[in-house]
Amino acid sequence: MASNRKKKTVLLQGNEAIVEGALAAGCRFFAGYPITPASEINELMSAKLPGLGGTFIQMEDEIASLGAVIGASLAGVKSLTATSGPGFSLMQENLGYACIAEVPCVIVNVMRGGPSTGLPTSPAQGDVLQARWGTHGDHPIVVMAVSSVSDCFSVTVNAFNISEKYRVPVIILSDEVVAHTRETITLSTPETVEVVDRITPNVPPEWYLPYEDNSRGVPPMAAMGDGYRHHVTGLIHDAHGYPTQRPKEVEAFTRRQFRKITNGFYEIQQVKKFHMDDAEIAVIAYGAVSRSAHRAVVRAREQGIKAGLLQLITLFPFPKTAVVSALRQCNTVMIPEMNMGQISREIKRVNQEKTKIIKHNRIDGQFITPDEIYDKLLRE
Amino acid sequence: MPQEMTELRDKYLRHDKKFPHVWCPGCGNGIVLGSLIRAVDTLGIEKDDLVLASGIGCSGRLPTYVDFNTLHTTHGRALTFATGIKLAKPTLTVMAVMGDGDATAIGGNHFIHAARRNLDLTAIIINNQIYGMTGGQHSPTTPYGCKATTSSYGHIEHAFSIADLAATAGAAYVARGTVYHTTMLDKLIVQAVQKPGFSVVEIMSNCHIQFGRRNEMPDPVTMMNWFKEHAVRPDQADNIAPDSLDDKFTIGVLADVEKPNYIEEYQHIRDRAKGDS
Amino acid sequence: MDEERYEVRLSGSGGQGIILAAVILAEAAGIYEGHHVCQAQSYGPEARGGKCKAEVVISDNPIDYPKVTQQDMLLAMNQAACDAYFFDFKPNGLLLVDSTLVEQLPTSRVVAIPFTQIAREKTGKAITANMVALGAIAHLCPLVKLKSMESALKIRVPKDTRDMNLEALKAGAKAARAINLASLPRSIIPQEEEEI
Repeated sequence: MASNRKKKTVLLQGNEAIVEGALAAGCRFFAGYPITPASEINELMSAKLPGLGGTFIQMEDEIASLGAVIGASLAGVKSLTATSGPGFSLMQENLGYACIAEVPCVIVNVMRGGPSTGLPTSPAQGDVLQARWGTHGDHPIVVMAVSSVSDCFSVTVNAFNISEKYRVPVIILSDEVVAHTRETITLSTPETVEVVDRITPNVPPEWYLPYEDNSRGVPPMAAMGDGYRHHVTGLIHDAHGYPTQRPKEVEAFTRRQFRKITNGFYEIQQVKKFHMDDAEIAVIAYGAVSRSAHRAVVRAREQGIKAGLLQLITLFPFPKTAVVSALRQCNTVMIPEMNMGQISREIKRVNQEKTKIIKHNRIDGQFITPDEIYDKLLRE
Repeated sequence: MPQEMTELRDKYLRHDKKFPHVWCPGCGNGIVLGSLIRAVDTLGIEKDDLVLASGIGCSGRLPTYVDFNTLHTTHGRALTFATGIKLAKPTLTVMAVMGDGDATAIGGNHFIHAARRNLDLTAIIINNQIYGMTGGQHSPTTPYGCKATTSSYGHIEHAFSIADLAATAGAAYVARGTVYHTTMLDKLIVQAVQKPGFSVVEIMSNCHIQFGRRNEMPDPVTMMNWFKEHAVRPDQADNIAPDSLDDKFTIGVLADVEKPNYIEEYQHIRDRAKGDS
Repeated sequence: MDEERYEVRLSGSGGQGIILAAVILAEAAGIYEGHHVCQAQSYGPEARGGKCKAEVVISDNPIDYPKVTQQDMLLAMNQAACDAYFFDFKPNGLLLVDSTLVEQLPTSRVVAIPFTQIAREKTGKAITANMVALGAIAHLCPLVKLKSMESALKIRVPKDTRDMNLEALKAGAKAARAINLASLPRSIIPQEEEEI
């Protein structure tokens, strides 16, 4: 990595920028297993963490990787893992654990063609709904998508902050295009990065209830070894953290899980808007595809078409307000995706068949080009 | 002795936990828990400095009852969580208690790699030769020919030795005890925790309900007697004809080797990385 | 066609240092010239052996679509790559080939320089042909100066090969300066087609 000291501008791949973002957010533990196209994150973490007093470990598989990440986070250290589709499938079990035990952690999934071994070196967006619903049981979760090198830095910082603030695992969906494209990025100095840390208890240990409800629905979190001995379990638990099957306690627990995320909608649900002010036709896109969409929208504007782009940064909790507002404003909404229509399913759900929706699905392992989107915009 | 037991109970059990525990009357898990508490007390480890992780199954409930930093993880994964905790806070003493199916079937991969890696963790494996909580299905340590709910015609697979597996995979310390030989068990756990690097104590334990009843040992006493009669100390094993060792098993320290542990090694990496930058 | 984007595709076979050359070009343009850049490359089995490509998009505005849409310049370091990637040109685009390895040219608007031969002569190592080509690009691409390319190169190549690579870079620039661009056809698109 080269740097120009005056500008602090560097040329980085998306995967490298995720590492920089994670370190800036205070991540000091990484456990992972090699997988294409995410391996650069592992490699760079193994080089950088020890010098910062952090820890990198390559585990025996992705199940173990997320297990170790959860363990490190329980011990008070911000933790990251990175993988791709097959590894992400293996992580679903422990992802549920992170949800139920409310352990902050960030999981990067650099998506590739699937299912199974699929297209290991090709970009795809097929894991959107797996990220939302992959682990079993009712659970809220935060899923964010990156589209550029600068996104990789800022969204990763954001993901850690949300994870810490709401005690929820956050999934970052990247793809092969973002992962391996190099772009210049002006790295923020540590002082200018806004970093949020989990709230720790401020009561004496004997008063501490690790899963007690409060106005935010997010209990303070004590690190193991800090004197607040308590029990952590994947069973539904009461305020003490002990297993419970009492219907009232079970319901209160599960409802709090949802409530804490609902409380944060305004902050968590992030979108970017381009030329949306007077748009009559909108493209709704996420990840690298939103860049093709932007190009197409700019070209359409040059032709006098009032096109706009709504880029979803947060995919879940689904940013309904922003999407509905785009649907109400526009005659037509187009949704390009590198899958058979996973986000368009969500958009159709909130649209209730009021606005015309056009899907554009590319599933041949190739990146969606601006031409494809532009041609469809032109036809409308 | 009763006075001492009361003190230990008061000091280490969680009184805000709604006892009774989930285990069947006469279950060996209680003896293991007692042994573990005595070992921790002997070692003088502060309760705040000890992490006890578990997986899923009857053994998985053990940490719930004791007043340490406790963690009940997913099935077979206790060692992975323990790995993260130990690396993040090396000053903590981290133990993982697991069952035979938990540690060597679903968690078998994590187990051998934890041994190979030689991270300073202590694995307590309660081997009752059966999946108890789920209803008596055969496990990787169910002996050939035995009955289980998924081998009702007799088990046709061969059991493996957890201790041998651990030693071969590279664990620094491996011992086997039983819930009958409790004085020895206390000592083995103490040694295991003291040992830098990955240590394993396999504990032969009775599940008379799910294993014993289907295999002509329907009560705890019969099973205890079986442990008593079939356990052989390594030094005694030399004097016994190999043929008659077939249905016997060795107890005591089975492996104890000196090798650099992961925490030490990683500290060298950190020093080098800091030197480079 | 998008005049604000300058799009370069570098191609050859795996092992020729195509990606490294693209990274150095991107760094020269992005870090040392202060342009916006996007650099992407072929990824997967093709990157080892066979033909491979790496792309650099340079612009004074933020770059949305990160890949090449219409090439301003194609570098072809062997015949297979030249055949595979010679498409999607802007009319005033330029083909740059290693004439040591590319014999059949698809256009007359071409700068043919024997990069591999120059590399062998100057450094004794054919492997430095990528740097010779990069030197030529530094002369031919209006957005990057040779000095920036040198600065980027120094950081991206191993210390013990720095001088050798710098020598190769300079030799490439020198060879390109000897080419009279004005004598080339104005458009890369064949005349016949324009008349149709």
